[in-house]
Amino acid sequence: MDYYLQLLVSGLVIGSIYSLVALGFVIIYKATKVVNFAQGELVMVGAYICFSLTVQAKLPFLAAFFLTLAFSFILGIAIERLILRPMIGEPIISVVMVTIGLSSVLKSLVQLFWGTQIQVFPPVLPQEPVMIAGLPVAPVYLAAFALSIILFLIFSAFFKYSRLGIAMRATAFDQQAAASMGIGIKNIFALSWCIAAMVSSIGGIILGNINGINAQLGHLGLKVFPAVILGGLDSLLGAALGGLIIGVLENVCDGAAKEFLGLGGFKDVAAFLFLVVILMIKPYGLFGAREIERV
Amino acid sequence: MHGQCGLFFRTYAGEAQLFPGRFLKISMLLFFAALCLAPWAMNKYLVSILCLINISVIGAVSLNLLTGSCGQISLGHGAFFGVGAYSAAYLANLGLPFLLVLPGAGAITALTGMVFGLPSLRLKGIYLAIATLAAQLILEYVFLHWDAVTGGSGGMALDPPSIFGFAFDSDLKMFYLTLAVAALCVLCVRNVMRTCLGRAFVAIRDYHLSAEIVGVDLFAYKLRAFGLSSFLAGVGGALWGSYTMYITPEQFGIGLSVSYLAMIIIGGLGSVIGGVFGAVFITILPELLNFIAQHAGAAFTDLSGALLAMKEGVFGLVLVLFLIFEPEGLANRWRLVKSYWKLYPFAH
Repeated sequence: MDYYLQLLVSGLVIGSIYSLVALGFVIIYKATKVVNFAQGELVMVGAYICFSLTVQAKLPFLAAFFLTLAFSFILGIAIERLILRPMIGEPIISVVMVTIGLSSVLKSLVQLFWGTQIQVFPPVLPQEPVMIAGLPVAPVYLAAFALSIILFLIFSAFFKYSRLGIAMRATAFDQQAAASMGIGIKNIFALSWCIAAMVSSIGGIILGNINGINAQLGHLGLKVFPAVILGGLDSLLGAALGGLIIGVLENVCDGAAKEFLGLGGFKDVAAFLFLVVILMIKPYGLFGAREIERV
Repeated sequence: MHGQCGLFFRTYAGEAQLFPGRFLKISMLLFFAALCLAPWAMNKYLVSILCLINISVIGAVSLNLLTGSCGQISLGHGAFFGVGAYSAAYLANLGLPFLLVLPGAGAITALTGMVFGLPSLRLKGIYLAIATLAAQLILEYVFLHWDAVTGGSGGMALDPPSIFGFAFDSDLKMFYLTLAVAALCVLCVRNVMRTCLGRAFVAIRDYHLSAEIVGVDLFAYKLRAFGLSSFLAGVGGALWGSYTMYITPEQFGIGLSVSYLAMIIIGGLGSVIGGVFGAVFITILPELLNFIAQHAGAAFTDLSGALLAMKEGVFGLVLVLFLIFEPEGLANRWRLVKSYWKLYPFAH
């Protein structure tokens, strides 16, 4: 039983990172209807920038953290302006492919600058595990979990109460109506990419503190798809819950497959098997808008 | 030179011709003859690139049938290619002759493709893309873990194919085999596009509701598109396996799916010749980068390493630039060049 509780806890932690990345994904989708296949690479770039600033430039962690956020903000603007804006009005497959192309470019830039070896962050939080309900949990896990909940709350409030957030929702709902009410659609698009890049880089920094970083970090972006489909492509709450559920599900399935079937590496595929089932039964997910055209 | 400017068809048969006009027939014949003779003037390395191009042409044309013509985005084509390669290896190791292995691998892949095409009943656009992405990852997992059939991470070895005792054991012989199969596949897809099947595909791509109203059974035709496309992909995969003689799961990762999608986008969505252009372009691109890296490496040693590391990045960059500046692909550019010469010296 302890084994599964342990799996549950580590699943929740990984899941909270999925939630963060999914949050970025949903923000982009909500405002621009673009499905971003480069989300994992944004995570990786954020992690490497922060790593560079703390380890190579020897800045204190908090300074590095905020500088990374600033960098991600600019990266988001650049991506939207240079790559996504010319694609407005193009068919879905072109938009998908442009983000896939972007992910290759980002991946190879990271490899060019930092190589492919695993790099380890210097420990920021204390190493001794905290006991929660009889289970040892590393503080960094707790921080990850807490941070993702805080961010989720901040974004929910942002979308609900701030002028900008309301403008973003209006744009998502009806671009023409929003534009005629005086909302700068282009700025909203750029802003959504900035926020997504920032949220993803926070995910990357947390992940780097847990596992270290390497050039394979971008694969995390693929795990986002089951999470956001489960939650619904355009729902923040869905992204948060979907990430947690997928994180737990894949960890527990992996453990069960190892124990009962002797199958290794089931983690990578469990979420996708589940994804196919969700798509067949409830393609709009738990909280997504049910506007999907039935075929 | 005689070329028609505009539509002058007087019969339905005339309109449906595969190669309208004598000029096109003769030039296609000359092109094919030149292609057959080309390897004799090339070294082994260039011939091996030609083989790879032939195999990529099969994959690109088959994906273009599914995604370009029928509008069903597939991010799992690389895995279908892998299914073809693995089933070819399995069937060949059972002792079947190559002439049975090739269609057999195609048939197994067609079944797999149709199973993963089932979600297309309910999903379209981005949701279907994500469903096929799931297919890709699930199939990759199967390749890696179904040890009894696929040899797991160790991979599988194949003998070079032989037909009636004639072994295709050199690059040159493989070139003719792959060329023959690729030409057959291209002709097959080209012909499918002339039949009611192809027209139904295009109707589904353009607007599914109109297609249904004019009597196209959406689900049946989508499944056919998945089946046909994966059959050809399976044949391509079988050739790939026989050519490399050793297959491992990594070869059929998501990178392969992405590069096939890149081929049809760079070549031109929905056009057969576009698939061919894209396959040639994407296959030559890394070799070209290697070439530049080697020759630049003589002058600047740092640069060649950086260029090799940037190979994937250059691929992504080319893809992005094509999508932004040439979204219709090379096929459209080819059409513009042709009409320029046809209309010369007038602009319109």
